[in-house]
Amino acid sequence: MMRPETEAELAELVAGAGGPLRVVGGGTRPIGAPVAGEALSVAGLAGVTLYEPGALTLVARAGTPLAEIEAALAAENQRLAFEPMDHRALLGTEGAPTVGGAVAVNASGPRRVQAGACRDALIGVRFVDGRGVAIKNGGRVMKNVTGYDLVKLMAGSHGTLGILSEVSLKVLPDVEAAATVTVSELDDARAVAAMAAGLGTPFEVSAAAHLPAPVAGTARTHFRLEGFGASVAYRAGRLCDALAPFGAAETETDAGRVADLWAGIRDVRPFAGSGGDVWRLSVKPSDAPGLVARLPEGARAIYDWGGGLVWAEVAPGTDLRAALGAFAGHATLIRAREATRAALPVFHPEPAPLAAIAKGLRAQFDPRGILNPGVMG
Amino acid sequence: MELPEPDPSILSKKDRVVERLREVMPARAVIDDPTETRAYECDALTAYRCAPMAAILPGSTEEVSAALRICHEEGVPVVPRGAGTSLAGGALPTADSVILGVARLNAVLETDYDNRIIRVQAGRTNLSVTGAVEEEGFFYAPDPSSQLACAISGNIAMNSGGAHCLKYGVTTNNLLGVTLVLMDGTVVELGGAHLDAAGYDWLGLICGSEGQLGVVTEATLRILPKPEGARPVLMGFDSSEVAGACVADIIKAGVLPVAIEFMDRPCIRATEAFAHAGYPDCEALLIVEVEGSPAEIDAQLSLITEIARRHDPVELRESGSDEESAKIWLGRKSAFGAMGQINDYMCLDGTIPVSALPLVLRRIGEMSTEYGLDVANVFHAGDGNMHPLILFDANKPGDLERCEAFGADILKLCVEVGGCLTGEHGVGIEKRDLMSTQFADADLDAQMRVKDVFDPGWLLNPAKVFPLAASAGRRTGRRAA
Repeated sequence: MMRPETEAELAELVAGAGGPLRVVGGGTRPIGAPVAGEALSVAGLAGVTLYEPGALTLVARAGTPLAEIEAALAAENQRLAFEPMDHRALLGTEGAPTVGGAVAVNASGPRRVQAGACRDALIGVRFVDGRGVAIKNGGRVMKNVTGYDLVKLMAGSHGTLGILSEVSLKVLPDVEAAATVTVSELDDARAVAAMAAGLGTPFEVSAAAHLPAPVAGTARTHFRLEGFGASVAYRAGRLCDALAPFGAAETETDAGRVADLWAGIRDVRPFAGSGGDVWRLSVKPSDAPGLVARLPEGARAIYDWGGGLVWAEVAPGTDLRAALGAFAGHATLIRAREATRAALPVFHPEPAPLAAIAKGLRAQFDPRGILNPGVMG
Repeated sequence: MELPEPDPSILSKKDRVVERLREVMPARAVIDDPTETRAYECDALTAYRCAPMAAILPGSTEEVSAALRICHEEGVPVVPRGAGTSLAGGALPTADSVILGVARLNAVLETDYDNRIIRVQAGRTNLSVTGAVEEEGFFYAPDPSSQLACAISGNIAMNSGGAHCLKYGVTTNNLLGVTLVLMDGTVVELGGAHLDAAGYDWLGLICGSEGQLGVVTEATLRILPKPEGARPVLMGFDSSEVAGACVADIIKAGVLPVAIEFMDRPCIRATEAFAHAGYPDCEALLIVEVEGSPAEIDAQLSLITEIARRHDPVELRESGSDEESAKIWLGRKSAFGAMGQINDYMCLDGTIPVSALPLVLRRIGEMSTEYGLDVANVFHAGDGNMHPLILFDANKPGDLERCEAFGADILKLCVEVGGCLTGEHGVGIEKRDLMSTQFADADLDAQMRVKDVFDPGWLLNPAKVFPLAASAGRRTGRRAA
């Protein structure tokens, strides 16, 4: 396995590569179609290079373990607001997730509805394109419109346009307290309506998720509130009032239990170790219950992002897009056997003009087609 | 600032191009009378003017598509224009270009409170987006100073920010979907009511691309529930270093104010003379605003004032009412108007790491003496987005050039300390030729390669963003082709 220690070495290796490369960070997120190619690990490009708590910015080399970044932030009472999903339980992988990997798949957790996705926190990148040219974009300041925003383009590009060597992130203060407000026994449509009501209040709900009965035993609709202690207590009370039309709400304030519940939702733990394929649907929240109703018999679903993100677990080999028919939004196959991921498009097929632009971009940034070829279809 | 020479071969086919454009939209929507095209000769960077060959005001995505297809076939450059409020010359035409104005595209297409979105035509003004949803208790977060006039299309082109983006982010963080017309007339839908993109992050790429990749005709925007309330505290300090340290301490304490605004003494004095807001005469003034219920606001403000007291403020004024809040904001909101009363001014918007604030302010002061031009600083301190206002006299020969040289030096300083040339105004023509101070050739080439894919003929807003010399081969290549 190639393992460069500097960006210059990385550039040299890519420039001199004789064939396809399979880019690896911590190796915990094997998402996409299977890639044949020589493994190139960026784990050697590691370390936080700049952290200014007063400016809410952190810069780290792409191979830096997320755990190291989270520890550095915790020491200053700060955090990554996009709470990146840890894919290990769901995908059955081992290793240390890296910040570059989180960026490459745009891994974003339940706080997406309030604080944005990974791409929203990403303010700068350095990467090596498929020609072996080192390129920077963005920087270390959170307001920057100087030139095109290739930072966003790199987030979620799965290493197909360039290999990340360094990323800059906007971070946020950690909170003093958190609480979960839960309403029980709602059907999916009522639950999504309740989440819309909660997210429409001024109480700064930082997450809203629904675990239907087949997943949770009893259907539970959860809302998270975060902030200063007194503030969380006040908002929890007001939120319970606002949710009264949907039933009595309970409030959990134990920090450990609140954190564990949301980490479980973030990491889709209910589907960890089960045998089915797992799809990720990004939809208009109010469309979600209708789509879930169209899932094949025996499927299970989890709603996050107020219904805007649906995790669906179906029988192995199911072509979920065929089962659902056309819908506004997109479906990504996150967990399946290699044969299924090779047979079905992992990413949602794009309209022809966009597919042509995507191909054009790859031709510009990776003219030899050696960076994770085919991983995005 | 150098502007490219118009292409005589394009000018010579003006009549045919205008005639063809009139076939695809109402005749009155195609403007080619030289007295009328003068209305489009500049944007808010008024020092540079050039009337376009023609201006068109299409009324639908279909008309935009048809017009772009014609200009593509004829090889005519197109300069998209929102409300013309760009401070960077983003909508400045060339004599051989067609201005594509979106003024007629101003309808609200859909409001959806359950999914917290609004879909509008892109010519709608920023403030009127909030206006369409505020009765239901919602608002659209990005709030550039020009929000009364500026259009969503321009906000998307420049990825506009505003005073409240420390908490709510800028345009790119609040944009969920667009209808985009490519230069060849192809219409594509990017995103929609869902929260994340399929495939590459097209929306992120389009946002801030200064109208060089496509023309946005419709946008789906995220709307947010209005906070229960908001109140500011005003604090004055003896030095900008102390004010900067206070900002850092507030952020490190875990408070995330919705806005942290900074003004220096020249700015305070000018606004006092103009608006009489009752500001203290001190070196540095901060306005910090927090949101929430009355009790939550009290709690946050008491934490903030406790931090401020540790920095020996010369003034500390917590707002206790809407009236007091309005008075605290009065001076800040009239700052630009106040400076305009004194003189002509140039407004820069470089961003710096917050920690570099004292150094940068000191250096700007020194340069002000060297150039013999006054400068006032007012800016968003929480995110380091500076707004130095350089005063000059447009009627005095050489003053504009001196002012531009001073401005360029300030922006180079911003880059030197780890920041960037522009935080929210965009590059346009204004900072085009400074791009090489922030980016290496390979960095600029990577960006131009993106334009090569979306607009291979380099017809959309071609002479912007990139140094003219760097883009010359690509721009003239299309004519040879």
